[in-house]
Amino acid sequence: MHYESELREPLILGDKTYHQITEDICRPIEGKANKWWWIAFTIASAALLWWIISVSYTVGTGLGVWGLNKTVGWAWDITNFVWWVGIGHAGTLISAILLLFRQKWRLSINRSAEAMTIFAVICAASFIVSHMGRPWVAYWPLPLPNQFGSLWVNFNSPLVWDVFAISTYFSVSLVFWYSGLIPDFAAVRDRAKTKASKFWYTILSFGWTGTAKNWQRFEELSLVLAGLSTPLVLSVHSVVSMDFATSVIPGWHTTIFPPYFVAGAIFSGFAMVQTLLIITRKVLNMEDYITIYHIDMMNRIILLTGSIVGVAYLTEFFIAWYSGVEYEQYAFINRATGPYWWAYWSMMTCNVITPQLFWSSKLRTSVFATFIISIFVNIGMWFERFVIIVTSLHRDYVPSSWAMYHPTWVEVGIFIGSLGLFFVPFLLFTRFFPVIAMSELKTIVKSSSSQAKKKGADNHGH
Amino acid sequence: MNYVLSNRARMISFILIGIGLISIAASFMTHSHQAWSNLLHNTFYFMVIALCGTFFLALQYAAEAGWSVSVKRIPEAMGAFLPYAAVLMLIVFFGNLIAGNNGGHYLYHWLHHDLYDPASPEYDKIIDGKSAYLNLPFFVTRMLVYFAVWIGFTLTLRKLSLREDKEGGQAFYKKAKRISAAFLVLFAITSSTSAWDFVMSIDTHWYSTLFGWYTFAGLFISGLSVIGITTAYLVKKGLMPWVTEHHLHDIGKFMFAFSVFWTYLWFAQFMLIWYANIPEEVTYFMLRFDHYRVLFWTNFFINFITPFIVLMTRDAKRKTNTLLIVGVILIIGHWIDTFLMITPGVVGEHWHIGWMEIGTALGFAGLFMFVMLNALAKAPLLRENHPMLQESLHHSI
Repeated sequence: MHYESELREPLILGDKTYHQITEDICRPIEGKANKWWWIAFTIASAALLWWIISVSYTVGTGLGVWGLNKTVGWAWDITNFVWWVGIGHAGTLISAILLLFRQKWRLSINRSAEAMTIFAVICAASFIVSHMGRPWVAYWPLPLPNQFGSLWVNFNSPLVWDVFAISTYFSVSLVFWYSGLIPDFAAVRDRAKTKASKFWYTILSFGWTGTAKNWQRFEELSLVLAGLSTPLVLSVHSVVSMDFATSVIPGWHTTIFPPYFVAGAIFSGFAMVQTLLIITRKVLNMEDYITIYHIDMMNRIILLTGSIVGVAYLTEFFIAWYSGVEYEQYAFINRATGPYWWAYWSMMTCNVITPQLFWSSKLRTSVFATFIISIFVNIGMWFERFVIIVTSLHRDYVPSSWAMYHPTWVEVGIFIGSLGLFFVPFLLFTRFFPVIAMSELKTIVKSSSSQAKKKGADNHGH
Repeated sequence: MNYVLSNRARMISFILIGIGLISIAASFMTHSHQAWSNLLHNTFYFMVIALCGTFFLALQYAAEAGWSVSVKRIPEAMGAFLPYAAVLMLIVFFGNLIAGNNGGHYLYHWLHHDLYDPASPEYDKIIDGKSAYLNLPFFVTRMLVYFAVWIGFTLTLRKLSLREDKEGGQAFYKKAKRISAAFLVLFAITSSTSAWDFVMSIDTHWYSTLFGWYTFAGLFISGLSVIGITTAYLVKKGLMPWVTEHHLHDIGKFMFAFSVFWTYLWFAQFMLIWYANIPEEVTYFMLRFDHYRVLFWTNFFINFITPFIVLMTRDAKRKTNTLLIVGVILIIGHWIDTFLMITPGVVGEHWHIGWMEIGTALGFAGLFMFVMLNALAKAPLLRENHPMLQESLHHSI
């Protein structure tokens, strides 16, 4: 028999029955979108349009329209790429690692976090493709048999490992997300009132009938995918970090990079989940499912990973001094006091200081404070990548080639536009897909809902 | 139910300690250079195992874990070794300092005075650059701060746990949770800095930002293995009837997961240094790869392949015998890993592992066992008043 301590908070509020859960979660799909959704969708579409224009201009004209130069060969493109990949880490962490740790609170948030993961990875990939300059040869990093003689990809290059790591991550996350959606699609299908929605949800639900055999296969698949995803949570950002750490560039070549990048990715991923879910739960009236307790738990993960990142920053700084290598020492002094000092100190403030505010349980359980701090973390983690990439490059070994980097309107357009590339599908997701994994959530009604807690308390009293 | 330290267990501990003393004496007579390194290696190793007991405990509190309540007495008992480890560490450090000042070999190369004198032919600019951190007074201060923090928190958590036994209620649990969070913050800093101090500074020129986390990840497995072995032993003796295969499964999962995590960090540190091939960094691995090759690969295979294959299946993690066997293998494996971190920096190419090295390790193991089992015998094996107790007793996965 499963037993929960009275110290545990309920995970579903409002004494929901199974039917009410279905009703609450299907409501946004079955009703009409409200004014706020349309406003958000319009803004997101405008941003997406801006992205299309900027990318088309880049591809049509050439990479010269960006602010890159011979010294700073990577800047906003790779910063944005790493930022988006990092954001894409929360989904798998929630569905795989928190599953291993039996954290049931993941059930209300896993669906939307996984959706976020998928859209974020698409945004990340878009930067890789666009920074190639010639997207029509984007298949070249794949080890395909070819007619170019003995031309083959360089397996020694971490950039090639990255192609494998990200595409594996994307495929597994997509399958994991979609397979979880199947029973929920079937529920939507069975309730559908119009012919069109019946038709589409029938196709999407793959003929799910909810038999014991269906569920058995579903469970087995989930277990296998969870097992596959767990190492992926660590591997993807480790490989991304190796893009930098394998090179002999002060500020890049440091052994702590793989785990520190992973911690940073989870940190930024959860910040983005908070930003999105705080809005989503309000707009879709999901406060009974995404409770203050859920927000508190995510804030604790932000506090933990933010502290790990903070320790890593200080370690890097200390070891740079300790190493006695003057180039290494200069790279860090330059970060903190050079022409990009403002980026460094924005990063330090947003990533090291703000998450420490979450030691206060008052702030951890405040929706408003969480929202503000999550925005700070999103900004801070963008600056982290900018600091790592640009400040390490812009003053290289030869002072005569020192240069500054200034983004052009095209790069700004691609970055802001990528937010549109992210939000358009996310908003569509909230309209057409069940945003909470209702079939899975129903498994904890008996143990962790508010009425189960009351019952437990009654029994305790007897 | 209580554990009583049997005469047999006491006898075994004393025999092991005796073997240890003989081995230490013999190794000082035959190869005093490595004898110091053996002492440092074993003191550090068992110190961190003890520390991992407190870390595990704090982790369980901070994460509000329920399942582990039924085995919490074991990590509590492990922490009891910390004061002994602290005394041993001070003896080893100052003993070696005195020996070094009298013409012997320093464990820590940076202790040589000549390195800092620009007039001397021994002058070392790089080490001189580190002298703001690597100097005797600051090092000793740091060492004392580590011991004070670690022992202080260990004793506090133990006291709260014993008072909870007597008085009950949720207050002790809540207090322990807050204290654990504070400990974890300090542990996050001291686990890295102590690894730099006690271990990384032996190879005084060398540096690696990952070193602290790498050391911690490896030694946490040894700590988990001690928890696993002790649990399995007590279950086999029938002293922990409330511990089921579900609890063993969770301990097994921890051992499995952290072994993979250790391998990940091992690979990250090795691969990045190998790939960049910068002379200052790569010498560290070249010495180990060229002159310790068998151990180098043994380390990797024992600590990765064994737990990966043996603990892969669900059934394996749920058996006392597998936990016992894998636990012992991992403790030996990470002892080898720690040997590779410490010994090459002290003795260079001239090393060996013979009966004296093994004997020294057995001596330390005997002392650790004796102290830990004594602490275990001092309190009931189940924390009857823990607010999460029922969750742990009903634990089923």
